[in-house]
Amino acid sequence: MAALIFLLIIGLILIWGISIYNSLVRLRNQVRNAWSQIDVQLKRRHDLIPNLVETVRGYMVHERETLEHITLARTQAMSASSISEKAKAENILGGMLGRLQIAVEAYPDLKANQNFLALQEELTSTENKISFSRQNYNDQVLFFNNKIQMFPSNIVASMFHFSEEVFFEVEDVTEKAVPQVTFQSGS
Amino acid sequence: MIWELIRANRRRSVTLFLMMGLVLVALGYLLGSVFFPPDGGFIGVAIALIIWLVQALVARYSGNRILLALSGARKVTPDVHPQLFHVVEEMRLAGGLPAMPEVYIIDEQAPNAFATGRDPSHSAVAVTAGLVARLNRDELQGVVAHEVSHVMNRDIRFLTYAGIMLGTVVLISEIYLRGMLWGGGGRYRSGSSKGSGQGQIIMMVLAVALAVLAPIMAQLLYFAISRKREYLADASAVRLTRYPAGLASALEKISANTVEMKSANKVTAPLYIANPFLGKGRKMADLTSTHPPISERIRILRSMMHDASFNGYQQAYASVRGDAEGIIPISGLRDEKVIVPREAADTGKPEDVRDVRRDAGDIMMRAGNFTFITCDCGLRLKLPPDYRLPRVKCPRCGRVHELDQRPGK
Repeated sequence: MAALIFLLIIGLILIWGISIYNSLVRLRNQVRNAWSQIDVQLKRRHDLIPNLVETVRGYMVHERETLEHITLARTQAMSASSISEKAKAENILGGMLGRLQIAVEAYPDLKANQNFLALQEELTSTENKISFSRQNYNDQVLFFNNKIQMFPSNIVASMFHFSEEVFFEVEDVTEKAVPQVTFQSGS
Repeated sequence: MIWELIRANRRRSVTLFLMMGLVLVALGYLLGSVFFPPDGGFIGVAIALIIWLVQALVARYSGNRILLALSGARKVTPDVHPQLFHVVEEMRLAGGLPAMPEVYIIDEQAPNAFATGRDPSHSAVAVTAGLVARLNRDELQGVVAHEVSHVMNRDIRFLTYAGIMLGTVVLISEIYLRGMLWGGGGRYRSGSSKGSGQGQIIMMVLAVALAVLAPIMAQLLYFAISRKREYLADASAVRLTRYPAGLASALEKISANTVEMKSANKVTAPLYIANPFLGKGRKMADLTSTHPPISERIRILRSMMHDASFNGYQQAYASVRGDAEGIIPISGLRDEKVIVPREAADTGKPEDVRDVRRDAGDIMMRAGNFTFITCDCGLRLKLPPDYRLPRVKCPRCGRVHELDQRPGK
């Protein structure tokens, strides 16, 4: 009888452990999926830039340097590999695009161009999609990290070596970014 | 993510399904024994069970399509309104939905929107042409975020089920009552003379009572559900967009609307972001309260100045409604940090009523595959899809446009 109860308890603990393990795996997959969504959007941004630069080049005669910096920042962002490197390079690129959007205000001809307007909506949306997928990624990382840290799921997490994921932080790098890119283009 | 809400919706869907079965079986038994005594009751039950099964399958696999068709919604491609698609995809990403919702446009000047579907992988968002024409990007984002929140919170499945079931009960009792009025009574009389008299009359009364009561019950059940979830969808929408003012000003524009929505009915009304009935209809609906007062929702959103998280909504809700208990379940609040609302991003939108009308009309023409050509004189030519000539002459300046790139030619 006692042995039976003992086996029953062991069984219950096992089932409970499996369910926690499964939910950890599910959460980790959600984090990875959220990350791949960011990647898709970043790639979309990279694809848009040559088109954008081509469209505005004829109009923005005084911004030639800005356009070169954007092209350069794009190349850097595309070659970044680690999450933190990538975050940094993409922040720089995002900042530069933001500055370009402000500079556009000085070119009424450009603002009237249908092609450019469509491109601008496309760009605005891509920027939004990047920040919204980042927002979702950070949410998922938060759920996952909480689960790993909190009792009792932390026991299962440490048994199977689940490690915390890194947040995709945004800092306001536009100011810091400018000299760095200038330096790169000068070399 | 508000887990309590998701779980509660799952539970409610099951309860609704079971209650529906109970009502149908009772109705089937009574009707059967009244119409075909002595053992028609069991035939009635059998028929009821079949109806129940069919209805459950229909609700699951084509409930969304039925509701969309009832509302006159038309599925559109991204080129009809690129911005609308962008906004829907932005919100899908923010909410982490596994698949892009289908996008529908309803041919109505009144601004309104709803979401439907089975689960987050099979969802649809429908907006009226008047909504898209009136709202700027930020406002549209707020409304779409509200709809995507219904998808995330699994409100859509429950509401779709409930809508289909309400429709069935109304339909069955309508058929029955009509049958009673136009000749069913005759059959009853002949039955009762053969049968047991008094017992038959009691059954008869019960059947009529049930047939009258069932749709009212179903309706009440349906209405009892949707007040709270509108607040919760507002809260989730703000959390997704980080911009309470967008949804607030969208709701202001929606509530300022004076155009009646022709395609909305009793079954689809609770789905919409704001009550689609005006005047008399609105008063009637206030009694059964499918929606919380829109002015209150706006005031809550407007008082969320510094925090766009669930906590921020909770506090705003508590201070506007004087309700310390709040609205958001505990799992939504647990891990929340302060989320600073973002800045306004958008440019304006036409304020003039005529401009809005024209824009809404253009959106519907685009959805209907019209071809748009801008002539050099500034006139916009809108050609219907059945225009088959190879060229068109501008009525103002006489310039001839070649139409060789038109699809389907």
